[in-house]
Amino acid sequence: MLPVPYRVVARTVETDDSATLRLEPIGARVPHPNAGQFCMLYARGIGEVAISISDAWNGTLVHTIRDVGAVSRALSGAPPGAVLGVRGPFGTDWGLDSAVGHDVVIVAGGLGLAPLRPVVLGALHRRAEYRRVTLVAGARSPGEFLFRAQLAEWAARADIDVELTVDRPGAGWDGPVGFVTEPLGRLDVEPSTTIAFVCGPEPMMRFSANVLLDKGLAPDRIRLSLERNMQCGIGVCGHCQLGPLLVCRDGPVVDYVTAEPLLSAREL
Amino acid sequence: MTDDLARFSLLRGLSAAQRAKVWSTAQEVSIAAHHRVFDEGQDARRCWLIRSGQVALDTTVPGRGLVVVQTLGAGDVLGWSWLVPPRRWHFGAVTLDPVQAVEIDTVRLSALADADPALGYRLALGLFEAVLARLQNTRARLLDLYGSPRER
Repeated sequence: MLPVPYRVVARTVETDDSATLRLEPIGARVPHPNAGQFCMLYARGIGEVAISISDAWNGTLVHTIRDVGAVSRALSGAPPGAVLGVRGPFGTDWGLDSAVGHDVVIVAGGLGLAPLRPVVLGALHRRAEYRRVTLVAGARSPGEFLFRAQLAEWAARADIDVELTVDRPGAGWDGPVGFVTEPLGRLDVEPSTTIAFVCGPEPMMRFSANVLLDKGLAPDRIRLSLERNMQCGIGVCGHCQLGPLLVCRDGPVVDYVTAEPLLSAREL
Repeated sequence: MTDDLARFSLLRGLSAAQRAKVWSTAQEVSIAAHHRVFDEGQDARRCWLIRSGQVALDTTVPGRGLVVVQTLGAGDVLGWSWLVPPRRWHFGAVTLDPVQAVEIDTVRLSALADADPALGYRLALGLFEAVLARLQNTRARLLDLYGSPRER
């Protein structure tokens, strides 16, 4: 339960209020995470928050952090050389292995692309094991997409379909304009051979799930990543309770059978 | 060909005979990329069922020029201002890439619908479904869900 010290070895500014940090262990390392899990990141003397893992290899962890408060501001602004504490990885994963042999539809809204990046990377790494792979990602404006260079690389590949859309086009954007449900709605989906991975603001996930349900996907073929106030990370403190779930332990990734009644409740 | 039209949600509720009537007012068209299909304010006398390619709906905003408000793609219907007075386009439309579409003469289609209320009802329901989907998507954008919590 004690944070393990990691050093920031690279910091990439993603948007006006978010950055991606590459962390390497100084000594001991946390176990290798599965796609979809999160770590508790600790800014010394300030506090600790749950941050999804946007990539990981050989002990290196990559986290993409949005500045929304004191702790996340300290973390997202941490320069190379800074030392942060890491606990984890915690929670359930996307279960990408169970999608082998299926069409994979990845639906990301805003920062939701961060926890989904390991799904894209994992599917591309073992590309032959999956059928069609499609990424549908939405952002408020073109400059607010995460991983823009990587998105461009993926879009140029023939083995993944990338559909990007923005709510508000800016100068120089000649791509689609509309909510993420619009390109999603235009996708040809074979319900019996498709697994969908969805992450973003909860209403966006709900609306996207509705589109997928309309296309005939069974709710257990739709997986979402939930976000709550995770603190202990091991299902003890109860801060992240959502109905019957302790999201840090029973989530963050759950299927829509579990999520639907929770997301449609006005308040829990 | 008329069976093929059933893939468009606008026409899904129509019988084969009704789709054949619609097809009698239609033709397949290819539209080059970056072609302006119509301008805001022009008479609305046609609509298009997009088979492939993308079309941007735009409007002029002083100081910003032409602003794209939405993009349409395969399976979408382009143009419904023909249905109700004053039958003028509320936005402009320009293709973003080569577009294949079914172009419908809506003056003839409206006459058919007037003469055959069962067809008109099914068409109206199909259009309502399309309008509702676009309204819901627009409402979702209005929520500005991707903004930072610090902005709220």
